Amino acid sequence: MVAIPMKTPETARVELHDELPSTTVEELAPLYRQMLAIRRLEEASAKAYSQGKIGGFLHLIIGQEAVCTGAIAALRPDDYVVATYREHGHAYAKGVPARPILAELYGKKTGLVRGLGGSMHLFDKATNFLGGYGIVGGHVPIAAGAAFASKYRGDGRVTLCFFGEGASTIGGFAEGLSLAALWKLPIVLICENNQYSMGTPLYRSLAVEDVSLRALAHGMPRDRFDGDDVIKVKRRIAEAVERARETGEPTLVEVITYRFRGHSMSDPGLYRTKDEVEEWRRRDPLNRCRARLVEVGMDEAALTALEDDVKAEIEDAVRFAEDSPAADDYLSYVEKV
Amino acid sequence: MAQIIGLPKLSPTMEEGVLVRWVKQEGDKVSPGDLVAEVETDKANMDFTMEDDGVLLRLLVKEGETVKLGAPVAILGKAGEDVTELVARAAAMTAEVSAPVSAPAPVPVAAPVAAPVAAPVAAPVAAPAPVAAAAPAAAPAAAPAAAPVSLGGKLLASPLAKSLAIELGIDLRMVSGSGPGGRIVERDVRAVAESGPKPADAAAAPVTGASSGAAAEPVAMVARPAPVTPVRYGDQPGDFVDVPASNMRKRIAARLTEAKRDVPHFYLMRRFDVEPVLAFRGRLNALLGDRGKVSVNDLIVKAVALALRRVPDCNAAWNGDSIRKFRRVHVGIAVAIEDGLVTPVVRDADLKGLGVIGAEVQDLARRAKERQLKGHEITGSTFTVSNLGMFQIERFTAILNPPEAGILAVGGVVEEPVVKDGQLAIGKRMTVTMSCDHRVIDGALGARFLAVLVEQLEHPESLAL
Amino acid sequence: MPVISYREALNQAMREEMEHDPNVFIMGEEVGHYNGAYKVTQGLLQRFSERRVVDTPIAEMGFAGIGVGAAMVGLRPIIEFMTFNFSLVAIDQIINNAAKIYQMSGGQFHVPIVFRGPSGPAVQVSSQHSQSFESFYAHVPGLKVVMPSTAYDAKGLLKSAIRDDNPVVFMEGETLYGMTGEVPAEEYTLPLGKGDVKRAGTHVTLVAWSRMVHTCLDAAKVLAADGIEAEVVDPRTLRPLDTELIVTSVKKTGRCVIVEVGWPMAGFGAEVAYRVQRGCLDHLDAPIERVTSDDVPMPYAKNLEDEVQPQVKDVVAAVRRTLYLD
Repeated sequence: MVAIPMKTPETARVELHDELPSTTVEELAPLYRQMLAIRRLEEASAKAYSQGKIGGFLHLIIGQEAVCTGAIAALRPDDYVVATYREHGHAYAKGVPARPILAELYGKKTGLVRGLGGSMHLFDKATNFLGGYGIVGGHVPIAAGAAFASKYRGDGRVTLCFFGEGASTIGGFAEGLSLAALWKLPIVLICENNQYSMGTPLYRSLAVEDVSLRALAHGMPRDRFDGDDVIKVKRRIAEAVERARETGEPTLVEVITYRFRGHSMSDPGLYRTKDEVEEWRRRDPLNRCRARLVEVGMDEAALTALEDDVKAEIEDAVRFAEDSPAADDYLSYVEKV
Repeated sequence: MAQIIGLPKLSPTMEEGVLVRWVKQEGDKVSPGDLVAEVETDKANMDFTMEDDGVLLRLLVKEGETVKLGAPVAILGKAGEDVTELVARAAAMTAEVSAPVSAPAPVPVAAPVAAPVAAPVAAPVAAPAPVAAAAPAAAPAAAPAAAPVSLGGKLLASPLAKSLAIELGIDLRMVSGSGPGGRIVERDVRAVAESGPKPADAAAAPVTGASSGAAAEPVAMVARPAPVTPVRYGDQPGDFVDVPASNMRKRIAARLTEAKRDVPHFYLMRRFDVEPVLAFRGRLNALLGDRGKVSVNDLIVKAVALALRRVPDCNAAWNGDSIRKFRRVHVGIAVAIEDGLVTPVVRDADLKGLGVIGAEVQDLARRAKERQLKGHEITGSTFTVSNLGMFQIERFTAILNPPEAGILAVGGVVEEPVVKDGQLAIGKRMTVTMSCDHRVIDGALGARFLAVLVEQLEHPESLAL
Repeated sequence: MPVISYREALNQAMREEMEHDPNVFIMGEEVGHYNGAYKVTQGLLQRFSERRVVDTPIAEMGFAGIGVGAAMVGLRPIIEFMTFNFSLVAIDQIINNAAKIYQMSGGQFHVPIVFRGPSGPAVQVSSQHSQSFESFYAHVPGLKVVMPSTAYDAKGLLKSAIRDDNPVVFMEGETLYGMTGEVPAEEYTLPLGKGDVKRAGTHVTLVAWSRMVHTCLDAAKVLAADGIEAEVVDPRTLRPLDTELIVTSVKKTGRCVIVEVGWPMAGFGAEVAYRVQRGCLDHLDAPIERVTSDDVPMPYAKNLEDEVQPQVKDVVAAVRRTLYLD
């Protein structure tokens, strides 16, 4: 276990551990492929941004791929996902192809939301991806609302709601958590704790650095673990999803992770040391995943083939985005007629 | 409290003027009647006299600058008053002033702009009907404000009043505003529509008690300007040069266009034996010696004046729904000056001796060329004489000088074969052409006037009677 | 025709729509067991059970957001704010989420939700409970804003609001709940975005909504005694605004007075005034007048409260100014 620089109150009943669950090539290879595709997608976005082809805010998830990939792997296709503005990976993991994601970042007509949302607002009805939201914590009640609808209708769906540890200090999070617990809504609230609320480290934003402890006040089950291993993430989230689906009980899950890049493209990252970033890079979940695949029996040739396939997919998506026509309609979706 | 002094109206047709010279300077104390500046109008150089007490705190216009009527020229107040705000407001007003106004001279704009401009002109219309049709029955009758109302030259009327005026063909300047600051509002327009002068007459109708100058102004109908088709003067650049028209030129253009367009002219011509006149003039000048000269034109002026006395129906003007017959005979004499003409007036020409007329005309003509005529010297004629004889013009027709009903165009002396006592001889003839306003003078009446005129000229000793 | 209260008309609208569509539910503070803080939801819990009449804790942002999320996936929530003063703590959900999601999602998700509750000053409830936020919400594209003034309008418009596929901010007059009016026994709806002439007249157009419609009708009676016939136009929906109805009226009368209980600065009446001058410039005989509350937080004392709000006499005075009568 790698020491994570944070203090955990004695009252925590969960602990960080590195005992890895067993897996197979069949289970792991698709997840590795997804993580790698997300990584390549983010890298392609960063490149296009630096070329001026993508504008506005661009929040990359590089380093955190195992969390969204593992968590969403625990869902059924009809389950809902609600995410933040750092959501390209979540959308991809939920099943949205790379082409419309990149085209959206490019502001093209073929973009996932027709060039109206951009990087922060990916939505996809077909895969039940309920969107990326730009107001921190404001989407937590919305996710609770989707879960409310599932309970209202008895459709057995579960909603995953992703947010950063920075959201745990705002009212929307508190009220969403409170109502989800009160009404026993089928939701899993996943705090992707990447340890920096933009540029503010945990110890400067939280009196108690264990976000999962908030569940205790609402009588809500909680979990807390590190998010380097995609299978571990999948297993632990699956427990929470199962609980939500079977008993309607929500769970607050905190996953410790680390983003390798700045908060957004305009963030020089002066609030953390190069050594710290290097330390986390050595634990790159992508490398760990590849190593495990070799461990469980995937040969190098198959891995290379998979990696070439991913490369081709993202290159195709970039071409698609580049060649697509510019967005041209900003009037048709203001009011539903 | 300090006030802005606007450029006063110094001639009946003035729309702008050039401030030729400041007689008073900043800091000078002025009293009503004091000469403050000289202003060149479309007619002449005029005296600008102050109507208020105070100290000239600021002169806003430099000598030589052209100023629109009503535009601020000075600030008058108590010594030492702060005029910063007024200077700024005056600048704004200068930018705004563009429309001609018929305000009396000078135009004192009270410092708080909201306060109505009290123009000491009698209300041009009878009190408006108590309430317009669309206004509530119980509405109190509006007290007619002094009108026409303007603020820095801008007519104040609500948009509805303006559109209604167009619809009903009402000249808004004939309407007195009952709204705040004298704003013309719907009820005012409706009141005029119901009881005021008919639109067709509005232009010529001198309103009760108002200066005839105001009534003679072109109708300020609020109407959208007609689209202007650009005229091509030449095919190549350099084929022409556009010379800016002087004030006088612009005014002449406007006045003559208006006269020729609006007055139904017709023309009567008489040729007569001019030898008796020439002989008579010779005798008179011999008598005068170096005390002066009498010209043929002076004799014609006197003959015209006497003829008007004998045929007074020609000494008249069309007055909208009446004919105004003048009791006095003032003969205007067209004088060519550089870049235009003026028409100084020989007042009571029928009562003046030929020597006096000769001297007066000579003086007027000289000062006209020097542009030194005063306003009263160029207004009020009842009939005009225009003479191009000295330019070897045999005969011509003149455009009437409204509101006069007649003008006489005098040609030069022509030698021609004539039959005299049954013998062919060389005679001297002159042709006079009278332009008549047919609304006032019919053919027979005009003919009678010319008959009297010619009879007198052929027997010039009658001019001494 | 039955005569019922504004409150009962709203209750009927919700009851009928909940009968009609199982996806319609109501959520808010005290809407169920307490039968509504203003008794608008009276009897609904008994009829529809706790599943569809959901009492919430005091967490406007939370339950407003839950409504938005539920609406995204197919339910048709009615979110009751005990008063619109409390909507401010939920305004992020209304403006950043409800109003944006249809557009942000490129037309994939729409948000059929109604935020409703009493609005405007009541009686002596002081500054935090006496506010009128229609201009806040009417400012936002993606929202509709409805403010009925009568029982008949309230029922017909609320039914349309519930059926509308867009987020609707439905602001009820806090002091109108007890006002009665004729409401047909048979079902009907009224279209959003269509105003109504509450009184015909020829001399001046009064534009007002919600409670101020009644203030204007009272003023019209006073004016009529002086021979002044005021036309009272109630847009009913502020967004979208029935500009045509207002413009048509002002073109006829040539004068316009806009009466609102909100504050003057950037109030909704300013937008109405803009549209009137845009559409009626050549027809206006006087400056457009606005009558609003004074530019102050609402005081508590009754006499001061009356002083601050538009009264009949203020409307009459404004009308007389447009007619140049004083």
